[in-house]
Amino acid sequence: MSNQVKIKKGIDLKLKGTPEKVLATAHQPSTVSIKPTEFLGVTPKLVVKQGDRVKAGSPVFTDKYNERITFTSPVSGEIIEIKRGEKRKLLEIIIKADAESVYENFSVSDPKTLSREQVMDALLKSGIWPFMKQRPFDIVANPTDYPKAIFISSFDSAPLAPDNDFVLHGQGDVFQTGLDAICKLTEGKVHLNVRGDEKPTGVFTNSKGVQINKIYGPHPAGNVGVQIHHIAPINKGEVVWTIKPQDILTIGRLFKSGKYDASRIVAVSGACVKTPKYFKTIQGVKLSDLVKDNYIAETPTRFISGNILTGSNVGLEGYLGFYDYQVTLIPEGGNDEFFGWLAPGFNKFSLSRTFFSWLMPSKEYNLNTNLNGEARAFVMSGEYEKVFPMDVYPVHLLKSILIEDVEAMEKLGIYEVAPEDFALCEVVCTSKIPVQSIVRKGLDIVKKECS
Amino acid sequence: MKPLRSILNSIKPHFEKGGKLEKFWPVYDGFETFLFVPGHTTHSGAHIRDGIDLKRVMITVVFAMIPALLFGMWNTGYQHYLAQGITDSTHMQNFLFGLVKVMPIVVISYAVGLGVEFLFCIIKKHTINEGFLVSGMLIPLALPADIPLWMVAVATVFAVVIGKEVFGGTGMNILNVALTARAFLFFAYPTMMSGNAVWHADTAFSGKVDAVTGATALGDAASKMPIEEFTSKYSILDSFIGTIPGSIGETSTLACLIGAAILLYTGVASWRVMLSVFAGGYVMGFIFNLFGVNTLMQISPLQHLFLGGFAFGAVFMATDPVTAAQTNTGKYIYGFFVGFFAILIRVFNPAYPEGVMMAILFMNVMAPLIDHYVVQANVSRRLKRVNIKA
Repeated sequence: MSNQVKIKKGIDLKLKGTPEKVLATAHQPSTVSIKPTEFLGVTPKLVVKQGDRVKAGSPVFTDKYNERITFTSPVSGEIIEIKRGEKRKLLEIIIKADAESVYENFSVSDPKTLSREQVMDALLKSGIWPFMKQRPFDIVANPTDYPKAIFISSFDSAPLAPDNDFVLHGQGDVFQTGLDAICKLTEGKVHLNVRGDEKPTGVFTNSKGVQINKIYGPHPAGNVGVQIHHIAPINKGEVVWTIKPQDILTIGRLFKSGKYDASRIVAVSGACVKTPKYFKTIQGVKLSDLVKDNYIAETPTRFISGNILTGSNVGLEGYLGFYDYQVTLIPEGGNDEFFGWLAPGFNKFSLSRTFFSWLMPSKEYNLNTNLNGEARAFVMSGEYEKVFPMDVYPVHLLKSILIEDVEAMEKLGIYEVAPEDFALCEVVCTSKIPVQSIVRKGLDIVKKECS
Repeated sequence: MKPLRSILNSIKPHFEKGGKLEKFWPVYDGFETFLFVPGHTTHSGAHIRDGIDLKRVMITVVFAMIPALLFGMWNTGYQHYLAQGITDSTHMQNFLFGLVKVMPIVVISYAVGLGVEFLFCIIKKHTINEGFLVSGMLIPLALPADIPLWMVAVATVFAVVIGKEVFGGTGMNILNVALTARAFLFFAYPTMMSGNAVWHADTAFSGKVDAVTGATALGDAASKMPIEEFTSKYSILDSFIGTIPGSIGETSTLACLIGAAILLYTGVASWRVMLSVFAGGYVMGFIFNLFGVNTLMQISPLQHLFLGGFAFGAVFMATDPVTAAQTNTGKYIYGFFVGFFAILIRVFNPAYPEGVMMAILFMNVMAPLIDHYVVQANVSRRLKRVNIKA
């Protein structure tokens, strides 16, 4: 039985720099990195030292409290730097990539013939496991859990996001192998949610062993949290796992070739990119290798690994995140605006119609990183509700987090949300409240309380 | 704007930490951010943000009030000359007379209110909030033109301190600030704020009260003027356009509706609240019509919505996002009862012809309770989901 979900609340931001559906091969990566800070819920324990040589698929660090979860190198090469922060917190491990990658050998097998334990073992050993995330808390899935369902959002509805129909085109076989593996992990259903507004690629619609649901509507319709909420909401004590389509390809390649092949297709997008398009590259690639000669160097630019709503500002010398399939380059703000709050504002994007940009509804914006105001207390009401398609009261939940009332957070639905679901709330907020970091803080508090 | 920027930059060090005028940082910051939207960039979360900020919201509301203000000025003059028996005054004369009467009230309201805000910000080391931009305009519009300026000042101080700052400033208050000012005057100086004289500028104190016109329409109705006489004196059209006596900004339902159109189109005010206030008022007016035992009950429900401060309250005060209900469902309930009680109080307690003010303040207090039950319904939906499974 398939579900149809129609999302009404939300907004598709129209921005300059949509990637053209052209696939190019990126420059050979010089260095790649793994950032332990990306893996929420994990306490990293290094198993390599500076100067060690690793193969693609060799362990780099493990989770201190669950040593089965390993994090492996995407390339073969030499560990050249281990960056630490305050209290020796592990920040980043940088690996100098060989020109030709050498792979660790994992066994080739058909996941259909394997047991749950065998599939799990293969994923954990190869370092693919961390792609599997869990709700609640939006952290790396715990292999000792039995999830009630696994959710896959086949499309990304965020601004300028890669089009998975294009990215996965022609890879139905590998995708199906990956899905077969995933189906072993739960006794519940595996939900593959496709976009209802357009006809999705056959890679998705021909998938077997999964329930295909159609999702209609604007962003955040593609957020897996929104989809879970409407299809099978998470109650206290339940666990749902989520994974992205390209990660399923990685799983498929593992079982078909016995290699941890960390290559991925990344959309290079945004107004500061000369020719926005797709690049075949590798997990953890250095941004300067990826966007070399393809960005407008004259303007101060923010280099974001991920999309403009949830990505992280890594800079030109930073590295692509483990969970990111997109790089967005937008102009950096920072200029004062004389009576900016009084000006007609033909160029200002706003969900409200307080700026005269409402005269041009189909305008593509070139937005910079300006906050456009100062932080204030909650004043306006009903704003978040316009872009938050869940049966959760966002402001009440945020306030319960601010006062750290765990019981209230539970009652108001903290188990169903992740920071990314609140990203649009943060964008439209008149009071410039850092909504996503508040939600993250709330999840951390509740997680601590639960453990 | 470089010269201005460089002046600001040159005096900035004095106000920063360690500077001579460090204490006055909120004042400097207030001016700087008033002149220039600061170029702060995003550090966490989403990298781009909506162009809107609280200043933009507030200035939009102020713009929406301008039709009511301009009409109020004209009407102040018009009513003045009418009371004097002069019927052939030009529009310009009317307007200029009103301008001279009303401007000082606006200036006093802003000056005193912002003064108090600055003082509190300095003491509490907060940044200055925009909230008073709107309150400062709402207060004069809710007052009669002939009010002594010192009363405006006292009421503004009371409203800002007791209505807002004691709760923690903009966003934290329970009662609408402007209505707090209005209610304060109403209870502190009842003789000034009600009765027949006050509604005509320059008549109350000059002793030239004309017998032809006296109280407001509601005052007349409350003093049992027969309905036939009432409707001939205050036609529906007059009360819609606003050529009747009353507080400066409240008489013209038309001007309020222009404001409403701006607020709703820009998305600043909640249509849920506004619509349900009018609906609630109409329903109550209709119920009274069925009984119709006195003039106030006989007034048609539609005209009830045009009289007194009903439209003004519905458009500009009930929609205050801080003091109204916060949930979408709650907004319908809150709005409906504002309208319902406004007419109820107006009719049953003629000592308070301004039922709208009381109704909004009462519902301001009730709004958190309404929200509580709306949110509880959501909580129990969530709990039920678990119980069904178990």
